[in-house]
Amino acid sequence: MIERWVVQASTYAADIDGIIFLVGVLVGFWFLIAEGVFFWLILKFRARDGERAQYITGEEAKQKRFINWPHYLVLVCDVFIVVGAVRVWVEVKQQLPSDAEAQHVRVVGQQWAWSFVHPGADGKLDTADDIRTVDELHVQVGQKYIYELESRDVLHSFSVPVFRLKQDAVPGRIITGWFEPTRTGTYDIQCVEICGIGHGMMGARIVIESPEQHAAWIAQQTSSQLAANLR
Amino acid sequence: MRPIATTRSAAGIPTGLLAVWWVLASEIVIFGGLLGSYIMYRLAHDAWAEQAAATNVWIGAFNTFVLLTSSLTAVLAHQAAERGDGKLAAKRLYYTCIGAATFIVVKAFEWTTEIQHGFTITSNTFWSFYYTAAGLHALHVIAGAILMLFVAADAKKGRELHRVELIGIYWHFVDIVWIFLFPLLYIAK
Amino acid sequence: MAEHASPHPDHAHEGHHEEGFVKKYLFSTDHKIICFQYMFTGMFMALIGGFFSYVFRMQTAFPGVEVPFYGLVSAAEYNGLITSHGTIMIFWVAMPVLVAAFGNYLIPLMIGADDMVFPKINRLSYQVFLLSTIVLLSSFFVEGGPFGGAWTAYPPLSASGAYNNTPLGSSLWVVAVALEFVAFLLGGINFITTAMNSRAPGMKLYDIPIVVWFIVIASMLFMASVGPLIAGAVMLFMDQNVGTGFFDPARGGDPVLWQHLFWFFGHPEVYVVLLPAIGITAEIITVFSRKKLFGYKTVLNTAIATGVLSFTVWAHHQFIAGIDPRMAHIFTITTLLISVPIAEMMFVFIATLYGGSITLSTPMLWALAFVGEFLIGGVTGIFLGASGADIYFHDTYFVLAHFHYTFFPIAIIGTYAGVTYWFPKMFGRMMNDTLGKWHFWLTIIPFNFIFIPLFVLGAAGEHRRIYNYQNFPELSGEWFFALRELATVALIIMLLAQVIFFVNVYISLRSGKKAGKNPFRANTLEWQAESPPPHGNFAELPTVYRGPYEYSVPGRAEDYWPQNAPT
Repeated sequence: MIERWVVQASTYAADIDGIIFLVGVLVGFWFLIAEGVFFWLILKFRARDGERAQYITGEEAKQKRFINWPHYLVLVCDVFIVVGAVRVWVEVKQQLPSDAEAQHVRVVGQQWAWSFVHPGADGKLDTADDIRTVDELHVQVGQKYIYELESRDVLHSFSVPVFRLKQDAVPGRIITGWFEPTRTGTYDIQCVEICGIGHGMMGARIVIESPEQHAAWIAQQTSSQLAANLR
Repeated sequence: MRPIATTRSAAGIPTGLLAVWWVLASEIVIFGGLLGSYIMYRLAHDAWAEQAAATNVWIGAFNTFVLLTSSLTAVLAHQAAERGDGKLAAKRLYYTCIGAATFIVVKAFEWTTEIQHGFTITSNTFWSFYYTAAGLHALHVIAGAILMLFVAADAKKGRELHRVELIGIYWHFVDIVWIFLFPLLYIAK
Repeated sequence: MAEHASPHPDHAHEGHHEEGFVKKYLFSTDHKIICFQYMFTGMFMALIGGFFSYVFRMQTAFPGVEVPFYGLVSAAEYNGLITSHGTIMIFWVAMPVLVAAFGNYLIPLMIGADDMVFPKINRLSYQVFLLSTIVLLSSFFVEGGPFGGAWTAYPPLSASGAYNNTPLGSSLWVVAVALEFVAFLLGGINFITTAMNSRAPGMKLYDIPIVVWFIVIASMLFMASVGPLIAGAVMLFMDQNVGTGFFDPARGGDPVLWQHLFWFFGHPEVYVVLLPAIGITAEIITVFSRKKLFGYKTVLNTAIATGVLSFTVWAHHQFIAGIDPRMAHIFTITTLLISVPIAEMMFVFIATLYGGSITLSTPMLWALAFVGEFLIGGVTGIFLGASGADIYFHDTYFVLAHFHYTFFPIAIIGTYAGVTYWFPKMFGRMMNDTLGKWHFWLTIIPFNFIFIPLFVLGAAGEHRRIYNYQNFPELSGEWFFALRELATVALIIMLLAQVIFFVNVYISLRSGKKAGKNPFRANTLEWQAESPPPHGNFAELPTVYRGPYEYSVPGRAEDYWPQNAPT
C-alpha cells in the first residue's frame, strides 16, 4: 500500500508495509460493514406515516448476539494484528545485528541540523579516519548498519521514510538501532520531533551507494579531510 | 439559600462527604505523580544518597509528631461536633491550627538552615524534589489551616457543624501525604 | 436510600429580588447561566483556534505567500500557531463546551434537581477557567510570542527559553493549563456529587440518562488522571523559571518522564471529551428514532471498561520515544483491547436504529454524522496502536488525520448536535431547520475533504509540524501540493460555513418559533421544565417512575413516555 507512494529501501520496509496492509484489510472490512449497515438502516427505517418504531430492549440474549458476535470477531482480528505488529516490532526495534556483520554510524541531531560520523576505511567508529558530514549520510547497499543516535540539546527524531524507520533522539542518551539498505539512491531524512523554530529545516539526505561508489566516496573524503587537516 | 439539590442524598452519603472524598482522590494522584517520579529518579541515582544525608531526620520526626498530634485534635474536634458542642469543636480545631503553624515555622527554620548550607532548590535534583514535594505539601497545610479557621469560626456559633468532619478528613489526608514524604525524603539515605 | 423530605419548592426562591445584569449574568450561581458562560467562552476560543488553522494551512499549502488577514508566517509563528491551535481546541473548546457547559446544563435538569450541589463552587470553577483563558490569551502578546513547542510541550524544548525562544510565553502556557485543570477539578466535584446524590425520588441508577452517566464517568476519569500532569506542570514550571533540572539530562533529569506524566493523563483525557459527545449522540438517536437505546447496561459497561482501560494505554504515544522496546508489546495489546468497547458502543448505536422510525432533523443529522465520522477515526487508530505499523506512521499526517477524525466529531459535531437539540429548551425558541441543514452539509462535506487528503499525505511520508515542505524534495511534488491546497480550500469553505450557524442562532433567538416544553416529544426530565427553565428549574420537583428510553412502548397511545409521568 505504502509502496505505491514511497519506495522500499530497507530489508524490513516490506515487513512494515505488510503489517500496515494487514491492518488495512481487517479494519477496512469492519469499516465497510459498519458503515454499510449504518446507512442501510437509516434508509430502511425512515419514519413513515402510520408506522411505529419497534420496542427492542437489547437486553435479551437473542438480541445481544448481534453485538456480541461482532465483538468477539473484532477481538480475534485484534489478536492477528497484535501478533503481526509484535513480530515486526521485534525485528526492527529489539534485534540488532552483531558487531561483526554491522558497521556503526553515529547520527547526531541538534538545533537545527543532522550531522553524521562514518567509520572510515578501517570500518570502525571513533578512530582517526572517521568521516564527519553535515546533512548527508552515506551508506552502502546490502551492508548492515547499527546507528548510534544522539542529541546535543532537545528531542529530535531520526526518520528515513524509505526505510520506514523512525527513532527519537533523546539528549543524555545514546539510542541504538539498525538498518540494511536494499537499493541505491538518494532519499530524504527527516526530523520528526518538533525541536524549535528550525524544525522545518532539519532535512538531510541519505545517499545509498553501491560498494564501488561507497569506497570511492570514502577515499575521496579521507584525502580531502586529511588535506583540510580536519582531524 | 441552598438549593434543594444540596440536601438530597440518593447515594446514602451526605454530599459534603462525597465531595471531600473526590477531592482527596484527585489530590492523591497529584502527589502520587510527584512522588512516583521522585522514587523512579532516586532509584536511578545512587549519588543522591549523599545529598539526602544532609536532611535532618530529627526535625522531620518532630514535624511528623506535630502533624499526627494535630490530626488527633481534629478527631477530637469531630467528636465534639457530633455531640453538638460547637464551642469545644472550635477550640480543638484551633489546636489543630496551632499544630499546623508549628509545622510551618519549624519547616521555615529547617529550610533556612539548609539553604544557608548551600542546599538550594537548584543545587541538585534531589533538592529540587525535596523542596517541591515538601513545598507543595506545605501549601496544602497552609490552605487547610485557613479553611479550618473558617470552619471553626462557624462551629463556634453552632453552625455548619458537619463541616468539622469534612475538614478533619482533609487534614488526615495532609497528614498521610507527610507520612509518605518523611521516609522518602528523610529516612531513605 | 436516605432521603431528605423536599421542603416546599418555593423555599428555594426565598429572598430572591430582581437581580441586576452583572449579578445575574456575570456572578450567577445558576448552573444554566454557568453553562452559557462556558459555552460562550468555548465558542469564542473555537473561532480563534479555527482562525489559526486557516493561517497555518495557508502557509503549508502556499509557503511563503502572504496570508490574507494575517500576513507572512515565519517559522516561529508557525510553531506558535499550531501549538495554540491544539492547546485551544482541546483545553479551551472541547473541555469547556462538552464537559463543563453541557454537564452544567444537563445534569441538574435531567436528574430532576433545582441546581448543582455546590453552586458557589460552580461559579468559582468558571471564574478560575476564565482566568486561565486570559492567561493563555495574554501569552500571544508577550515578548517572544506564545509558546511554540506543540500542545504536548515536551522538554527539554519546553523547559528552557534558550531552546524555545519564548520564555515568557512558555511559562504562561503552563500556568494557563494548570489553572484550567484546577477549574475542571472544581467543576467535576459538582458533577459527580450532584449526579450521585441529588437525583429525583424514584430515579434509580439505571434510570439515569446516558449523557448524565457519561459526563459523570468522564469527570471521574479526569479527576483520577490529571494529578500526575499537575505534578509534571509544577516541575516544568520550575525548570523554566527556577532553574531546576527535573527534565534536564545534564542535571540528572529525564525528558521522557514528562512524556509519561503527560500521556498518563493525555490518553484518559481523550475519553473525557469523547464520553459526553457519545452521550449527547445517545440522547438524540433515541429521540429521533423513537426507540429505546439498545442495551443500556451494555453501553454503561463499555463506558466503564473504556474508562478503566484508558489508564493502561498511554505509552502508545511513546513507542519510539526511547522507552524500553519490550514495553511496546504491553501497550499494543492494551491499545487494541480498548478499541473493542468503543466499537461495541458504535454497534449499539447502529443497532438502536434497527426497527426505528427515523426523522432526519438537524440534531439527528449531527448525531448520525458523529457515528459515521467517528468510525473512521476509530479504525485508523488501529494502525497507530499496532507498534510495528506505528514506526512508520508516528509523527506523520496520518496521526493528525486520525485524531481529527476523532476530535472533530467529538468537539464540533458533538457540540452542534447538542446545541441544535437543546436550543429550544435553553432559549424557548426553535432553530431554523433549513439553515441548520445547510450548515450541516457545508460543514460535513468539506470536513472530509480536509482530512482524507491528509491521510494520503501522511501515508506518503509527510511529517508533522513543518512550516515549509519545499525543504524536503520527496514531499514537494506537484500532487503533494495539490492535496495540501485541496485540504486548505476545503477548510476555508468549512470555516466560512460556520457563519450560517451564528446567523441561525441570532435570528432564532429573535424570531424563532416559540418552543413549547417538549417540542421533540422526549422522555427525559429536562423536557418537563419550561423552555427556558426558570431559576430553580421545575415548578414542582419531579418524581421518576421509569427509565429514560421508553419510546414506542407497545399498547400505549403515545410513542413516548416521560420519566415522571405517573402512568
